[in-house]
Amino acid sequence: MLPPSLEKTPTPARWVSFRPDRKVGLNVGKVEFGQGIATALTQIAAEELDVMPEQIAITFGDTERAPDEGLTVGSMSIEISGASVRLVCADVRRRFLDVAAERLSCRREDLAVDEGVIRRGRQSTGVDYWTLADVVDLDAPVAEDAPRKDPTAYRVVGKSAPRIDLPGKLAGGGFITDLRPEGLLHARVLRQPSPQARLQRLDEAAIRSAAHGEVEILREGDFVAALAPSESAAERAVAAAESVAVWDDPRRLTPEQQEAAWLRGQPAEDNVVGEPQTGPSGNRLHRATYSKPYLSHASMGPSVGLAQYVDGRLTVWSHTQGPYPLRDRIARAAGLPPEQVTLRHAQGSGCYGHNGADDAAFDAALIALRRPGPPIRVQWRREDEFGFEPVGSAMVVELAAELDEAGRPTSWTGEIWSGPHGNRSRLLAETALPGAKDAPQARPPSNRMFSGAVRNAPPSYDIPRWGVIDHLIRETPIYCSSVRTLGALQNVFAAESFVDELAALASEDPLAYRLSLTSDPRARAVLEAAAEVAGWSRRGGRALGIGYARYKNSGAYVAVIAEVEAAETVRLKHIWCASDIGLVINPDGAKNQIEGGILMAASWCLKEQVRLDERGIASRTFGDYPMLRFSEVPPVEVRLIETPDAPSVGIGEASSGPAAGAIGNAVASALGVRVRDLPFTRERLAAAILAA
Amino acid sequence: MPTSIAFSVNGRPVEVTAEPEDTLLDVLRNQLGLTGARFGCGAGQCGACAVLVDGELKAACHMEIAAVAGAKVTTVEALSASNPPHPLIQAFLEKQAGQCGFCLNGILVSASLLLERNRHPSRAEIARALDWHLCRCGAHNRILDAIELAATRMKEPA
Repeated sequence: MLPPSLEKTPTPARWVSFRPDRKVGLNVGKVEFGQGIATALTQIAAEELDVMPEQIAITFGDTERAPDEGLTVGSMSIEISGASVRLVCADVRRRFLDVAAERLSCRREDLAVDEGVIRRGRQSTGVDYWTLADVVDLDAPVAEDAPRKDPTAYRVVGKSAPRIDLPGKLAGGGFITDLRPEGLLHARVLRQPSPQARLQRLDEAAIRSAAHGEVEILREGDFVAALAPSESAAERAVAAAESVAVWDDPRRLTPEQQEAAWLRGQPAEDNVVGEPQTGPSGNRLHRATYSKPYLSHASMGPSVGLAQYVDGRLTVWSHTQGPYPLRDRIARAAGLPPEQVTLRHAQGSGCYGHNGADDAAFDAALIALRRPGPPIRVQWRREDEFGFEPVGSAMVVELAAELDEAGRPTSWTGEIWSGPHGNRSRLLAETALPGAKDAPQARPPSNRMFSGAVRNAPPSYDIPRWGVIDHLIRETPIYCSSVRTLGALQNVFAAESFVDELAALASEDPLAYRLSLTSDPRARAVLEAAAEVAGWSRRGGRALGIGYARYKNSGAYVAVIAEVEAAETVRLKHIWCASDIGLVINPDGAKNQIEGGILMAASWCLKEQVRLDERGIASRTFGDYPMLRFSEVPPVEVRLIETPDAPSVGIGEASSGPAAGAIGNAVASALGVRVRDLPFTRERLAAAILAA
Repeated sequence: MPTSIAFSVNGRPVEVTAEPEDTLLDVLRNQLGLTGARFGCGAGQCGACAVLVDGELKAACHMEIAAVAGAKVTTVEALSASNPPHPLIQAFLEKQAGQCGFCLNGILVSASLLLERNRHPSRAEIARALDWHLCRCGAHNRILDAIELAATRMKEPA
């Protein structure tokens, strides 16, 4: 079977081209946002084509040129795009060798490629990819049986490669925010406080006078934008607009709504996976409830969108995760046929899921359609990003296990209360436009296994019977969509805390207890390796905690051990990790992602919570939404366990859940009491100690 | 009223016309084409826009252009444009110190100032010097490694 990306775009010419500058053009639909996918895909293409990575020029996420690969989410790029690039490049190489063999009257097997030059033995044949490019057919669909290189012959894949985008970024460029097309107008948007809010009055004269410079105010319904040649003037205009705008906003939120526990009382749609134990049980039972709050992506750069509408054609530049899906949604919302809209991906800061990128792009598109001609650049402010981006849903997870006489679970039941994860049907500004009905609540996907809350809800252990009851609460107080790991952070945090509690009930060592529940040799290997590097068996009085999961129950195996000091607050002292991710494309790149996933989880666990007031999100600055700082970051050691025969799996999200589990267990070890609700703030720690 | 303001950037004298309360970041990025200092928060809370003004670390997003009249402004571009580039640049590339890279330019500016003032910083001193800066990707340890590496190299005689 072809990988999904090739099913959709089977024409090799759409993926690979041989350019006059003797580079190989590689077009992919997945996009770079700091995770290193452009580098890894370049390595895979270089390997199969037998060219140097430097000979490849990669383009991603351009709807005029790149294939449609949907969204770049869920740690799937290496699995899906990687497999596609591998196959298409192998097929391209074979087509060139077939043509060369015919010209040279030899067998294809006698030929080889080196840096794009076709050789026979050690001799150059005088032909190469570029000289044959005009005669080789790259339009016939890709063949499933194209001879891919044997991994034992790899020279590029499996070796650490430096990120291709880093030098440019260190030299001051590389981001969407650095684009300055000729004639640009800067824009800022006055955000509608809630989808139901209606603008009653706007003193435009006051805005103009505060702008100190040429400014155009665009108002349509409840959508207000300030446009100016000067970015500072646009900024001053929107700040003034914010202070003079009079809104009628019926929405009133309450402080309880910012807490995960609020979700338990809400109407929900229920879905059952596996076989939950619901009736009375004759066995010994352990039950515990865990929660996480709403989390922000907190991307370092607030979202930016650029758009230009000329001669009936709309071009949009965006750091979106999904160039084609966003193009289609913008086209639909704008009433244009998709062919008249081009979406060009330009890199943003790390997004870690569905942040404000798409909404900023839509802002720019709306303005450009009403102001044809100049490129329009919408820069969200920090307050816009924190206040109006989709957030990661709060979650409550209650776990119950029936235990046998040895204290091992014979059944495992999870009950989840969560808002939606992965919810891309809304574009923020739509509710501000005239004719918008009151807050059409966007409907998350109906296929519940992909709704996200159940990700990693099935246990990563050998348990005879398990089941999950997923309560989806659609009406959350604030708009929720995907944040890195979706439900896996909370499910793994809960499961790993719970397994430690079960181990304590059985009076067993947490590592030994886990190993007794795990027959999968790859799982055992990461647990044992993490324990070895952390000195688990010699830990003495150190407060260590362990966390383990196989991401999505089918992907990367990750075990993490954390060492903490905890009294009034938690201090992270050291983190160790062992991971098995199948065939590794770029070992250093993989480690970088694993380290990052661990530290993001550390920040979530210790510090982060989106806070609400009655008008909406109240935590709108880095002061209100603290994150881990340099002096709080522990050393992180990552060991990769080589399994080159196993398929490559994604790693961007795999380490966060195990890290949260490990930190939670280390905190419990240090305090002697368990804290089951994230984040581990001073107040939470004090309350847990007091309750014990 | 638009005003003419003269100062120097990376050793080059410049004169710009701007409203006195326009931000230094706006002028650097939009008038002078220096996009290294980046907009992260507009409130001096994240360090993405860090520059040196007369040798002091400042948030360009939070500084009015009128305040830099006559001053010497140094941006991250000075580190890569010098010949040879500042040892920090090579060290960051060697350690692959970064993921998305958005925070790095501000961090490079802070680190260059630290190494100017303290040739032998401990790891804890480096971390403290960077505490203003936020990195969301979790590249902190690599960034600390890179600055340590650059410090070691700068100690060695050229």
